[in-house]
Amino acid sequence: MKLSPAWLRDFVDLPIDYRRLADELTLAGVAVEGISGEGESTAYEMEITTNRPDAMNHYGVAREASALYDLPLKAIEPKLPAAQGKSDVTIDIQEPELCPRFTAREIRNATIKPSPSNIASRLQLLDQRPISNAVDATNYVLWESGKPTHVFDLDLLEGRRLVIRKAREGETLKTLDGVERKLTPEDLVVADAVKAVGLAGVMGGFDTMITEKTRNILIESAWWDPVTVRHMSKRHGLHTDASHRFERGADFESTVLSTNRVAELILTSGGGTLVGDVIDVVARKLDLAPVELDLREVYRILGEKLSTLEINRILTRLGFTLTAGSEDRYLVQIPSWRLDVEREIDIIEEIARLHGYDKFANTLPAYSGEVVEVADAQKDARLRSSLLALGYSETISLTFISKDDAKRFSTAAELDLENPISDEASVMRTSMVPGMLNMLAYNLNRGTDNVRLFEAGKVFEASGEKSVELKRIAMGATGNVNAEVVHGLAPGAAARPLSFFDLKGDVEQLLAPFAHWTFYFDSQTADYYHPGRSARAVMDGAMVAQFGQIHPEVAAARKLKQDVFVAEIYLDRLYQHDLEAVRYEPLPRFPAVERDFSFIFDDAVAFDKIRQAVDDLEIEELRSFAPVEIFRGDKVGAGKYSILMRAKLQSRERTLRDDEVAQWSAQITKALETLGGVQRA
Amino acid sequence: MPYTVPKLTNFSAAALDSAVRELLSALEQESAMVASENDWKIYRDRWMARKNGVLTQLNDLWLKAAPGPSKKEVGQRVNELKGKVEHTVEATLARIQSGASSGKLAAERLDITLPGIRRPLGAEHPVIKTMNEIVSVFRNLGYSVEEGPEIETDYYNFEALNFPPNHPARDTQDTLFIVGQESKVLRDRLLLRTHTSPVQIRTMEKMKPPVRVVCPGKVHRNDAPDATHSPIFHQVEGLAVDTDITFCDLKGTLDHAMKALFGSSVKTRFYPSFFPFTEPSADVQISCIFCGGKGTRDGGPCRNCKASGWIELLGCGMVDPNVYGFVDYDPAKVSGFAFGMGVERIAILKYGVDDIQLFFNGDVRFLEQFG
Repeated sequence: MKLSPAWLRDFVDLPIDYRRLADELTLAGVAVEGISGEGESTAYEMEITTNRPDAMNHYGVAREASALYDLPLKAIEPKLPAAQGKSDVTIDIQEPELCPRFTAREIRNATIKPSPSNIASRLQLLDQRPISNAVDATNYVLWESGKPTHVFDLDLLEGRRLVIRKAREGETLKTLDGVERKLTPEDLVVADAVKAVGLAGVMGGFDTMITEKTRNILIESAWWDPVTVRHMSKRHGLHTDASHRFERGADFESTVLSTNRVAELILTSGGGTLVGDVIDVVARKLDLAPVELDLREVYRILGEKLSTLEINRILTRLGFTLTAGSEDRYLVQIPSWRLDVEREIDIIEEIARLHGYDKFANTLPAYSGEVVEVADAQKDARLRSSLLALGYSETISLTFISKDDAKRFSTAAELDLENPISDEASVMRTSMVPGMLNMLAYNLNRGTDNVRLFEAGKVFEASGEKSVELKRIAMGATGNVNAEVVHGLAPGAAARPLSFFDLKGDVEQLLAPFAHWTFYFDSQTADYYHPGRSARAVMDGAMVAQFGQIHPEVAAARKLKQDVFVAEIYLDRLYQHDLEAVRYEPLPRFPAVERDFSFIFDDAVAFDKIRQAVDDLEIEELRSFAPVEIFRGDKVGAGKYSILMRAKLQSRERTLRDDEVAQWSAQITKALETLGGVQRA
Repeated sequence: MPYTVPKLTNFSAAALDSAVRELLSALEQESAMVASENDWKIYRDRWMARKNGVLTQLNDLWLKAAPGPSKKEVGQRVNELKGKVEHTVEATLARIQSGASSGKLAAERLDITLPGIRRPLGAEHPVIKTMNEIVSVFRNLGYSVEEGPEIETDYYNFEALNFPPNHPARDTQDTLFIVGQESKVLRDRLLLRTHTSPVQIRTMEKMKPPVRVVCPGKVHRNDAPDATHSPIFHQVEGLAVDTDITFCDLKGTLDHAMKALFGSSVKTRFYPSFFPFTEPSADVQISCIFCGGKGTRDGGPCRNCKASGWIELLGCGMVDPNVYGFVDYDPAKVSGFAFGMGVERIAILKYGVDDIQLFFNGDVRFLEQFG
């Protein structure tokens, strides 16, 4: 919205330049966002907050300036010729709740022609297109004092009467923009004896508008119910300068003044005669209740004592009337244009903003109360720092996914958006995986082949009438491990493709700090994972993570040109577990003994079975039992694998004897043979 | 000339010092020449052989030759030298056995200008990093941390924050709605929270004053993505309610926070604004961190602050008494302030990012810059 600072000078004698004025108005709450042009054609780009319709015009801003600089504000006083005769136009308000006041005035024998240049140029400066002297008069008044008005071609109104009523079912109205609109009884219209001629407070009718042929004019200035105007504006997708002001609350007392001002402008430029007095129908008074102001409350909220003199000056300049009561109390009468001021706190804000926010001291409040962290802050921080240390970069992706992805990556009931940004983002994510796959693809498509990412966030599920939010971490990895290493730089230094076991190791690291009774991995994963290269981690009976290579078909469908690995960690379940409390364990004082076992097994014997069998021996001195090397190939035979395993035996009390170690080794060998293992020579 | 043990005639302390220095110097020099085990054997025998080794000669040429009064001192010196010779001979052997001969070391030389083997670290996301920094400033001021749901009801996102139904201020929020809510009463309808302010209400519902919390989190708006808009972004909300909290306290708190985040030379400026849930309401600007508030940089207008010297950063205000009505606080007894800041906006300023979409597409080339 543009305003002209030169126009402000019609109403207040400003002693300062336009740049400083812009700055100081902004600091008083009438924000000037930008300045363009020079001298008389300087224009301010305004950013007026929705609560201040009274400042969306020159007179309103001039009033602010008059309070700011303590200068008098000149009144708008239309000079009208004496009216002739009586107007026989009648106004019938059938909806007094929605239209408490309707004012009209008749002009005869005016000439419709272009506006004089002083009017036209002022409108053009505000990017308003001049149309004709009568229409421009209403527009000029809107920008001058903020009151929307309307002009009808009186000869096109049937029955010489205006009725304010609800629209009839099936009734139509062609509005000024040429659009034929279907009305419903929810719409409030201005009608003549027969038909609707205007959408109340939003836009006038096409068929009764001012044209070059118009001779006789009826001026309208009414007060419309803000909620009704807002509903109509939304329903018809018609946001106008008028609706913008009416739905924020217009000045009830300005209908007569604005009618007369429009009449003055038309008569000045187009001649004609004023017929009869102004027709002012008040169906219901709109009184603003006075507000009590206690100076002690001003101090309690603002923290500084302002002088009574200053408070009086500020409020009076803004149009408030103060009546002193007992002690520090005042009764404040609210001006009719300030529908936003209803309470003591609203008046305190008026005082504070015109005193100047920056004049208040900067203090810190005294502290009382305790500091509380969010419940899982420690666990969140632990996982986040581990992920960063493991080389995963932190990401944030969109919270929305497509309907197809929601079905593909989750079985949960999804929440759809009523007004989504796009089809690709029409559902609240039920899984973090699609977002992660999109980010991996984004990198691969830009030549970044080695990627490790994680995202901590929420997924959303419908649960009856409610929504459920579940915390998740998604990890994504693709490309090479040690991608940057110069091959041959050091023994073993080489890049190699990321494998399932790299990801599994990372997941193991992340889950390790959480206390549990039982923990195992199995292969019961979702169908978007590679069935042979994915696993789920089960802690105390609940799945806390699943991870692995993405199913090649899923990868192909998303045009992922290399193998990608994804892990999902279910924080809502994982956080059922406490972080393991750290306790010191005395260091061993006696030497450990290592024994190797080299066996060939059928592929059907998973390592987990082997370890279980050894665990079942319950050898107290067995510190660890781990695979060291695995080999498959012709020498071993199809469907079999060779495995070298190492047992570490150690006692807390003494050095182990050879015969003891030999006995345990024999037990282990026997257990492995029972599983079908064949010891290698 | 190889070293030979001189026959001493002068037994003054100075003369002895000089003789000892000469001997030790020879010991070190000859040690350095030892390159093989054979060399070492010759070296050992030359210094330590019972028959005519240097140590044996010392006994004859120094100790036995010394006159009575000097005998004790010469004896001590010879003993010390014996220890040093033995030590050096042993060390020489250790050196050649470890292979640390100059030739071998030369052969093992690496091109230390080649890149090291780095284990890649993940990079913190600039938005989360910034959000954590903001939270930590307030945690240090005694604020607790609260979180709330991202899908909210109309009640928490609007009504209890004093946005009445049909209020035009709702239009400014560009809300994303969940489908199928028509059968519910307005206040129960689900939507994506448009700000973190609902957490204010949830916090006050569950605790009585004094309240002092910050609420970081994700918010959503119906904004098509472009360089300056995103349908998701993050905010940090703050709320302090107690007896006697004033507008001056609000100003002081935020002035402190901005200095903590952007440096102590940063100035703040408050000017009136409008939020339904605060009264009085304010927007806060900081002096431009690029031009130091001058409005000009490199001889031209500063682009970051549009030559104004100020950058708008956050909204705040005194909690509106109507809000207290929704949470059963007595506005006559308590007062407080609330503020909210956009994390992306601050991160964009801090790091000079020119496209908000970079935060949300997971581009490693972007993320790695923050590692």
